[in-house]
Amino acid sequence: MTTLTTRQTSRWERFRDSYLLYSFKRDLIAQVSLLVFILLVGAALLAPWLAPMNPYDLAQINILASELPPFWVDGSDPMYLMGTDAQGRDLLSTILYGLRVSLIIGFGAVAMQATLGVCFGLLAGYLGGRVDAFLMRLADIQLSFSTLMVAIIVGALFKAIFGGATFSDYAVPLLVLIIGLAEWPQYARTVRASVLAEKGKEYVDAARVMGLPSRRIMFRHILPNTLSPIFVISTVQVANAIISEAALSFLGLGMPETQPSLGSLIKSGFDYLQSGSWWITLIPGLVLVVLVLVINLLGDWLRDVLNPRLYKG
Amino acid sequence: MNSTATSPEASRPLLTLKGIEKRFSLSGDFLEQLQFKGGKLVRHQEHVHAINGVDLDIQRGEALCVVGESGCGKSTVARTVMGLITPSAGEVHYDGERIDNLSTKQLLPYRRRMQMIFQNPYASLNPRMTIQQTLEEPIRLHHPDWSNQAVKDKVSEVMTSVGISADWGPRYGHEFSGGQRQRIAIARALAVDPEFIVADEPISALDVSIQAQVLNLLMEAQQRSNLTYLFITHDLAVVEHFGTRVAVMYLGRVCEVAPTATLFSRPRHPYTQALMSAIPRLEDDRPQHIRLEGEVPTPVNLPSGCVFHGRCPHADERCRQEIPALIATDDGGQVACHAVEEGRIG
Amino acid sequence: MSLLDVNHLDVRFALRGGDVRALRDVCFSLDRGERLGIVGESGAGKSVAAFTLLNLIAQPGYIAGGSIEFDGQELIGLSDRKLRKVRGHRMSMIFQDPMMTLNPVLTIGEQMVECLKAHRRISTRQARTISINRLQQVQIPSPEARLDQYPHELSGGMRQRVIIAIALLLDPDIIIADEPTTALDVTIQAEIMALLLELCETHNVGLILITHDLGVVSQVTQRMLVMYAGRVIEQGPTREIINDPQHPYTQGLINALPQMATPGERLNQIPGSMPSLSKLPSGCAFHPRCGFVERPDGSHRSACHEEVPAFVTSGNCQAACHMVAEMIESERIPAEEQD
Repeated sequence: MTTLTTRQTSRWERFRDSYLLYSFKRDLIAQVSLLVFILLVGAALLAPWLAPMNPYDLAQINILASELPPFWVDGSDPMYLMGTDAQGRDLLSTILYGLRVSLIIGFGAVAMQATLGVCFGLLAGYLGGRVDAFLMRLADIQLSFSTLMVAIIVGALFKAIFGGATFSDYAVPLLVLIIGLAEWPQYARTVRASVLAEKGKEYVDAARVMGLPSRRIMFRHILPNTLSPIFVISTVQVANAIISEAALSFLGLGMPETQPSLGSLIKSGFDYLQSGSWWITLIPGLVLVVLVLVINLLGDWLRDVLNPRLYKG
Repeated sequence: MNSTATSPEASRPLLTLKGIEKRFSLSGDFLEQLQFKGGKLVRHQEHVHAINGVDLDIQRGEALCVVGESGCGKSTVARTVMGLITPSAGEVHYDGERIDNLSTKQLLPYRRRMQMIFQNPYASLNPRMTIQQTLEEPIRLHHPDWSNQAVKDKVSEVMTSVGISADWGPRYGHEFSGGQRQRIAIARALAVDPEFIVADEPISALDVSIQAQVLNLLMEAQQRSNLTYLFITHDLAVVEHFGTRVAVMYLGRVCEVAPTATLFSRPRHPYTQALMSAIPRLEDDRPQHIRLEGEVPTPVNLPSGCVFHGRCPHADERCRQEIPALIATDDGGQVACHAVEEGRIG
Repeated sequence: MSLLDVNHLDVRFALRGGDVRALRDVCFSLDRGERLGIVGESGAGKSVAAFTLLNLIAQPGYIAGGSIEFDGQELIGLSDRKLRKVRGHRMSMIFQDPMMTLNPVLTIGEQMVECLKAHRRISTRQARTISINRLQQVQIPSPEARLDQYPHELSGGMRQRVIIAIALLLDPDIIIADEPTTALDVTIQAEIMALLLELCETHNVGLILITHDLGVVSQVTQRMLVMYAGRVIEQGPTREIINDPQHPYTQGLINALPQMATPGERLNQIPGSMPSLSKLPSGCAFHPRCGFVERPDGSHRSACHEEVPAFVTSGNCQAACHMVAEMIESERIPAEEQD
């Protein structure tokens, strides 16, 4: 028990003295980005409590209150702070719920990409030879399909087999699967490159001399040392996944309008843009841009900090 | 285990290398090897000949030093012995059993008996593992039946035996200096009570005052546990101090093997002689060092005959044609040199 | 007057946790044609000293005080333009890694000609002739052909010879060589050292040789400095220091060499390791590793961890050590009493 507490304090002290925290304290952009990101994630997670109404609950929707503008425009209703969409849903609530869907898909897809990519990258880099050649050619083939094509094929197949209604029910896991499948090669390539660099180091030889099985060497010894690039690429990939989801939803290949994500919200408002209801598209669009921007800014900062050439402990 | 040390077992060498060769391909994978030559598609392969036919015996309890300049294949020998590299040809026998063709699992019992110490203490410790984790890992692997307490006791025992404080366990490798890290790496090797240790340039990355500490530590460990060493180094002064026998390598071949005292008092091979004369000494008298002509040839296109003939002052036509074999000398060593064999040089 | 006079040089690195003093109070001089060795382990500050001489200290390092006088001219605070006339021209440098000096995308000839033309008004043809001549001096076979080769086409030993040729190009007064042979094999190292020594002798060029290898220093240099934790702790004629070191650290360093011990016996090790420059012990930086803090009679010399020792002269050597100071003192007092 005592050993545990001493180790925890020392870990906290290590973090306190770390270069990560040091550079964070000196980087205003990173601080603001993190603050905005935490606010957005917090708002999305707490949507059921924060949102004035539940957009999924048809009983709360008042079709007569459709296309009401936000509060600073004439003709607004104080009940609907950000106005309403064409179906009379409160836009603020819908955005909060949509943000949640977007974030779940973004992080879920990245978790999937990372799992696939890290495993394949580790195997390819560590085992080398034919396994390496096979996995990397597979990655090349995967990359030559765009996310869009994968989405169209998988989506069409699913709809054809199970019908449109089932598709709506399983839209979130399906999108996670599609975006996860489409972009794992990014991870695999990054991980493979760092594995190749680490494999030449003597601690890996030491582990082999010890007689450890390959699996343990890969996951216990090499993987923890490739975490920095995985971390950096993850931030970029979360932003990309969120954008991919938005793009797919915008094209009607993603989330149905009954459970809107940010992308499908933008799309649903797009039809009303010309009738003057700009807010239905613009406000969720702005949220999307801010979300992706802060994630990318955090990613940039992280890359600078974790760059081993700049970092000297 | 069979504790009865019968006489043939005692006289049998602990480790035997038989005609070990290792080539590394320079030409990449199959597709990259294809070339157009004279209108035909041919497969063209280029190899680095890291070692070409090395025969060595290591006796129990001795410290065999392998010396040579960079690129002579001495590290490849060490890595082949430890099974980190599979030889292209030849056999490695450990205590009478062939080990170079065993699977990872079959090798496991040998892994406990033979361990390795690496050159660079900054790279040989996993930066993401604490010292405690680093040292516990081999013990837990080879003694899965031990209790937690037994493992911890063993860790503190080896830490004390290499002169590091047992409180360092929860700390990470990067918090220590090069010498301390090398001690930790030695502790890791000693943790499973091996009988044979391969040390690949274990002190060349360290400062002079630290080198002495680590050499003393290795010698203490040898006396305490009757260890056998295969010690790879380029530093002849260390060899003279540490080695029981010395093998001199040049371009992937052993050119001379002899007991240390014999080799230093009377080097036979012309390359050994040049190497010895090149050591910078503290003494006043500047010994006239033997200047070798030319540079070490690349191990990609090996010269015919004796690999040393291009730089050897005694080379003749036979040296350019015929590869010399190791021949026993009257003073207990072996030399691979036509000139020595023919009596042209002493 | 000496050619080079370094006085109370103080170099610091501005780091996150505050300034780290890489060099403290470093003083030495070099006469024309003299060969000086600077010996120390990693972290002793010997390379910083070399870089400082050429004013090549990069951020976050800076010179906090002291003077470097070269041929009567103060180098610290000199403008870049004037400094360039000294650097590379009258003082040149040989690095451990030849590829640090050689540009991989230019041929050997282009680099040598460029260097010559930057400092002298001569034609390309003249510059090539001088270059060939220098390559001959460093015993490179077929120098004309080498001029059109790229650095990667040469072996390590050849590259280091080219570096020496470039260092000699403008007939410098001093060559500063920072571990010039550490990356090379023993046989090549011996040849390069012999060559460097011969060239310095024939051209009357001064040499500052920075190395950790006591063997090399003892064979090449006339005088040597021993550095520890950013300070010079002993200096004097090389032979005298090697044969009779005064400072306990120098003694330890020499005694730790395998050739000083009987084969198979324990080596005489110095306990502990060099302190980090940011966490120097008080007083003499060597005192935690020193075996002479206790006097032979068992009493404790408190000065060792309280005061930074000043240089005391013993024969031709100077050492910064309280123990040596006490010994000299105790020898002098009985002598005076007898008078």
